[in-house]
Amino acid sequence: MANEEFPLKKVCIICAKGTIEDVYAALVMSNGAVMEGIETKMFFTFFGLDAITKKTMNSLHTGVVGNPAMRMPGGLPFPTLLGIIPGVETGVSAMMRSQMDKLDIPPVKEFLEMIEAGGGEVYACKLAMDMFKLKKEDLWEGVKEVLTVGQFYEKCGGLQTQIIFT
Amino acid sequence: MAQKIIAGITVDVNEEGYFTNPAQWTRELAKEVAKEEGIQLTDTHYAVLEFLRERFAKGENLTIRSVGNSGIIDIKGFYGLFPGAPMKKAAKVAGIPKPASCV
Repeated sequence: MANEEFPLKKVCIICAKGTIEDVYAALVMSNGAVMEGIETKMFFTFFGLDAITKKTMNSLHTGVVGNPAMRMPGGLPFPTLLGIIPGVETGVSAMMRSQMDKLDIPPVKEFLEMIEAGGGEVYACKLAMDMFKLKKEDLWEGVKEVLTVGQFYEKCGGLQTQIIFT
Repeated sequence: MAQKIIAGITVDVNEEGYFTNPAQWTRELAKEVAKEEGIQLTDTHYAVLEFLRERFAKGENLTIRSVGNSGIIDIKGFYGLFPGAPMKKAAKVAGIPKPASCV
């Protein structure tokens, strides 16, 4: 079977959005790869940079406006108009984070540290950093390097490698 | 159900080699299973194995994070003990089912 003959050897996971669900999709997939012994490289760009910026990384939000999948506790649809009330987004986001903690899903910084401990590598996008006027020292200490797109692609070479855009 | 003879003892395993009956596990068997995985068990290995077995017996999730918080070893050290895929390898050596956790 092709799966056994050519197992996945490397994943390059790109995170371009800064909501809880987008960032955690990238983190869970990356950590899962590291746990399987798959070489893992993460690339954070645009709003995804929030996940590796010291100031924002542990207080990410989820979108409560224009998100048809959002539900109230109990399962009723979450009215978009409710989402525009100040503080609602913060409250919902805090609730989501506490739910995740119960499942042993760590906060962003700890999750990144787990990925790093397993040999995963974390990179930041130079263009987006310039755009948001961020400096390397604004980022989490574990960020290995600030790269251009070309430099990132150089790291993505090799057989049995996949690039995943979350 | 498949069976496998490890160190002269017959144990029940699944097709991937995980014990299907954790009660059949002994420290001696662990040593042999670890050898197959290319690992020489130390006291720290055994402490992690016992920790995982206890957690499994209590029906708790087996996560890398829980090992990191166990006080036995940090996560980096855990990857060092069971190189490659630590959670899967450790579960196999600990004689418990393959972890079904995503974190």
